[in-house]
Amino acid sequence: MISLVLIVLTSLFFMGIVIRTKSIASGRKGPGLFQPMKDVIRLWKKGAVYSKTTSFIFQIAPSIYFASIIMAILVIPFCQHKGIISFNGDFVFFAYVLAFGKFFSIIGALDTGSSFEGMGASREALYSMLAEPAFFILMGSFALYTGHTSFHEIFVSLHFGSYISYGLGALATFVLVMIAMIENSRMPVDDPKTHLELTMVHEVMILDNSGFDLGLILYGTNLKFAMYGALIANFFTGSFTILIGILIFLAVQIIFAITVGVLESFSARFRMGNNAQFIFTLTSISILIFFGVLLIMGKFV
Amino acid sequence: MKSISIKNNQQIPFDSIPVLEYEHFLDYNTSLLQIEDNHCVNYYGVSQQGNIKLICCVANDKNGLINISSAVVSLPTTLESFSQYHLAFEKFEREIHENFGIQFINHPWLKPVRFPINQSDKNNTIANYPFFKIESEELHEVGVGPIHAGIIEPGHFRFICNGEQILHLEIQLGYQHRGIENLFLQKKKLQELHTLAENISGDAVVGHSSAFVNLWETLCLQKTDGDLHFARTLASELERIAIHTGDLSGMCTDVGYQLGSAVFGRLRTPIINFFQQWCGNRMAKSLIRAGKTNFPFSAELGETLKNVLDKFEPDFEEMCDETFGSPTVMGRFEKTGMITNEIGKSIGLVGMTARMTNINRDIRASHPYNIYATLAHQPILKHHGDVFSRAQIRREEVKQSIAYIRDLFAKIPSENLNRKPLAKPTSNVFAISLVEGWRGEICHCAITDEKGELLHYKIKDPSFHNWLALALAVRNNEISDFPISNKSFDFSYAGHDL
Repeated sequence: MISLVLIVLTSLFFMGIVIRTKSIASGRKGPGLFQPMKDVIRLWKKGAVYSKTTSFIFQIAPSIYFASIIMAILVIPFCQHKGIISFNGDFVFFAYVLAFGKFFSIIGALDTGSSFEGMGASREALYSMLAEPAFFILMGSFALYTGHTSFHEIFVSLHFGSYISYGLGALATFVLVMIAMIENSRMPVDDPKTHLELTMVHEVMILDNSGFDLGLILYGTNLKFAMYGALIANFFTGSFTILIGILIFLAVQIIFAITVGVLESFSARFRMGNNAQFIFTLTSISILIFFGVLLIMGKFV
Repeated sequence: MKSISIKNNQQIPFDSIPVLEYEHFLDYNTSLLQIEDNHCVNYYGVSQQGNIKLICCVANDKNGLINISSAVVSLPTTLESFSQYHLAFEKFEREIHENFGIQFINHPWLKPVRFPINQSDKNNTIANYPFFKIESEELHEVGVGPIHAGIIEPGHFRFICNGEQILHLEIQLGYQHRGIENLFLQKKKLQELHTLAENISGDAVVGHSSAFVNLWETLCLQKTDGDLHFARTLASELERIAIHTGDLSGMCTDVGYQLGSAVFGRLRTPIINFFQQWCGNRMAKSLIRAGKTNFPFSAELGETLKNVLDKFEPDFEEMCDETFGSPTVMGRFEKTGMITNEIGKSIGLVGMTARMTNINRDIRASHPYNIYATLAHQPILKHHGDVFSRAQIRREEVKQSIAYIRDLFAKIPSENLNRKPLAKPTSNVFAISLVEGWRGEICHCAITDEKGELLHYKIKDPSFHNWLALALAVRNNEISDFPISNKSFDFSYAGHDL
């Protein structure tokens, strides 16, 4: 329960920090921290316009996409406390409930029949597919290390003792940050600010969405960021009390948001063809974590 | 004699242009273009009592002469095309075909150009443009525009793609057609003509208005005062700095490099703000006038500009180093949107687009006008023909322009206080004016009638035939790299559509 509340709370200002960081880095003052959220609320007050060529799929897709994110957040634990749903193998559930939502947003985009949106959908599908092994090898390694298969048990029994395990924590954080960037279609894989249909990935898929639906999708991105931030925070808060845990949680989220902002300010988007290669390197980093775990457990022969 | 050779900004009696048989006309001009120093600056038709007089102007970059020849054909007619021998004539022939209905045999791509109001075939509309198609299950078509997501002019791009890879791009323009060439004949006041010239292409105001006033003074046989030459040269180089800097900002935006986008955008502002101080608006409109100036360049303005440039230059250099040193930016710039030297020569590129493929073509050096002859301009050449080459040319041309402006400061001419009023244009003459705008060669040609009024006015913006370079450059590129290729060329829609 605490994790859900904290994630929703963070999602209110997370994008605000990212945008503010980018503004300051480019010499501008930037909007208030809650401006992205105000935009979402403005959209929620509006009705949606649907193209005549679309079917019901296009209309239900944003809601299912948003619901999948909420569902995924429910399994995320906090400190010693379980998430609202917790069972053995829930990290598999986490990954695939997100994939389910993404599947609907992809077929929703294809439903419009626009040549741009099909292109965006194919890119997004490819990138998610390539990011998937990185996540599973990462979580699988920690499952092997701790001997448990649910988020809560993995994080609670995760104790960083040796230097190698600190290294593993750092690598895992990197992989999760990059996965969050890919899943949210941010730099360096996708440029969320671009106005060019041909270079978009996620933005082009939601070109036809408007009003309430668009608000859901945009807020979904905020929630997803906060969710991955919570996952990263869990690597460090496992053995602390709630109060210290909340502080660490907020600190991790804010640092994460600033990192995203800095990353987006000082680099250009990768060439589309190199993205696949880049995303796949995350898998090799995950494999490093896997070998590290084997090393700690003395299973390397 | 097959042609008459004139210099830039020179008038000749219209009758003195040799009229050839079409076969000889074709042979002569296509053989001229076999020589690398020659390129076609304009080829167009003038309607004369039911006949069409075709006038071809081929410039020689080595001796600074322009060879003018002509042929008269009667309608309706079918002619052998120039384009089958040299692709550089392709766009010119399409225009003649569209305006007069002349059929060209063996023309590779005889399609509408800009759908003018007085076109010969009234059934040609933007809606029924014959797009190139490839039948295949695997390929898909992507149409972009004419309304775009950014604040750019209208134009339609149709891609045929294999997945993410572009196989073919067809560019359909004409949405901006305003009939400027006809307006030049309808408007009789010089003030109106100035305004028209300034609005041919909104980002090349100095280029087009210089071309017009140089041409007008040539028609009037007026010797241009030194201070006017000075102001035109200075304004032209300032425009180059401003637009090149703005384009670097645009290129950074298109690759998602926020720092470059913000800083280059800021750097452009003081330069165009200086125009505001000089002539009251940031576009340099109303600055350049034939035979006079309303905004003389004073020593105080010189001092202001010097301060602006002193602040501009180090920041510009630093940001260029930062941008070109950034691996993620270079990953996007290098080997994107390549045009080889051979393609560049075959399609007759001009201006910056030609120089980035190592074609030494710069009107400032080959056919100097205003005070470029005294500047001894050395064109900046790049070899690779990719987006990075275009970015580098912009950087170096900005530096070069700043150096020229500093040179010009050494002697700011005082205003000529007793100017001669402009005479009327000479009757029955032909005159040509070439100007190197920031995009490239701008060509204006005028013909006067027996009363000394304009009989025909022809404008050629460098974008007119350079657009083909974009269509060729993006082949086999990723479709997501199209925007950066497009921005790096930055052709004019309005200049093409007229």
